[in-house]
Amino acid sequence: MTRALINAPKTARRGEIIEIRAMLAHPMETGFRTGTMGKAIPRDIINRFVCTWNGEEIFSADLFPAIAANPYLAFTAVATDSGTIAFAWTGDDGETRTAETEITVT
Amino acid sequence: MTGRAPRLLAGLLAACLAGSSAPAGDMLDKRSGADFMSPENRAMQADDMSNPGMFAVLDGEELWNRPEGANGRSCAGCHGEAATSMRGVATRYPAFDERSGRPIDLAGRIGECRRTRQEASPLPHESPELIALTAYVAHQSRGMPISPPQDERLAQFRENGRRLYERRIGQLDLSCASCHDARWGERLGGSVMPQGHPTAYPLYRLEWQAVGSLQRRLRNCMIGVRAEAFAFGAPELIELELYLMERAAGLTVETPGVRP
Ligand code: HEC
Ligand code: HEC
Repeated sequence: MTRALINAPKTARRGEIIEIRAMLAHPMETGFRTGTMGKAIPRDIINRFVCTWNGEEIFSADLFPAIAANPYLAFTAVATDSGTIAFAWTGDDGETRTAETEITVT
Repeated sequence: MTGRAPRLLAGLLAACLAGSSAPAGDMLDKRSGADFMSPENRAMQADDMSNPGMFAVLDGEELWNRPEGANGRSCAGCHGEAATSMRGVATRYPAFDERSGRPIDLAGRIGECRRTRQEASPLPHESPELIALTAYVAHQSRGMPISPPQDERLAQFRENGRRLYERRIGQLDLSCASCHDARWGERLGGSVMPQGHPTAYPLYRLEWQAVGSLQRRLRNCMIGVRAEAFAFGAPELIELELYLMERAAGLTVETPGVRP
């Protein structure tokens, strides 16, 4: 199950610079830790984040083991058209978690 | 506060601390642990969109509405909207439990409902489910003042909590009071010593990279002075909480908090 917190305005004026913030619930297990009995805990991180606006990529990032649990990314974009801002986080497990939010640009 | 033992290594503290204690509730200038945090950490707690503790609250909301156990009832099936039925509940826990004749904490109370009312398998201490339900229930009291019940039956347990709080323990031979009454505001290595109020639990601790309970926090403090920590669910931890809540009376509930 995807548990994400997205903070982006619901409306914006055309040409306005808006801030988008996205946080995903994820342990970001580094692979460097050991659990009970000294057994290594396998690495399990989100390694790729992509944000699209009406299907067009506007921001992406590669993530690494030193990034804390519940990766939080904040970035800005210029409001162009009304539509859907979509978020995708891909993990070491090969799975992609998604979330989206609607925006009206006037 | 004087600076008699500034920035000493933990190992040296044992030899240097005088160890005094103030009576519960008498603390002037009572302050939440949040007051001692960096502006960045305070901002993280204040914004529900950047507070990772909110993930536990959201998980708890889902569990609240999910039917469980032989009886097939959800929490909501009996209690309805948590915003109404659970408002203020966390401000008066631990409370006296008729069945066991002892104080019970909020997580324990939730566990009882799950066991006896839903007839579902018990949730282990510190399990993500129990933490989430406790965070969700406690969150309904956010912003409300801590108001411990004036219940005579709790008095002896609270008194025992006070004794535990003032008793020196561990290889470092420190009591909770040595740090949280006598030395708050001073530094212990990189961290500022807070007054030790349980206002924001369960909370997201950056060091844990996870949401944890007050009992986990108390065990950390005990391990920090190289004492043998009470087990999760031990009566002593609930008695300590009872005393801490009395000591924190009037401060507001912050759940879910953020701490370094
Ligand atoms: C050696 C000093 C020391 C002793 C002894 C100690 N603590 Fe702490 N305690 C700390 C420090 C330092 C922190 C804050 C750690 C941090 O934020 O990184 C803390 C945090 C806490 C908190 C969390 C407060 C908040 O805002 O969330 C509570 C509650 C607490 N202690 C209770 C206790 C109790 C009860 C005992 C006795 C069993 C105890 N402590 C013993 C140093 C101590
Ligand atoms: C079959 C009905 C039923 C279900 C299901 C149920 N409860 Fe309860 N709950 C009660 C009743 C009745 C009481 C009050 C009587 C008592 O103390 O046992 C209560 C008391 C409580 C209290 C204490 C309230 C106070 O004012 O002190 C909490 C907290 C609580 N329930 C949480 C939960 C949670 C969380 C769940 C789901 C995991 C749940 N309950 C499921 C019936 C239920």
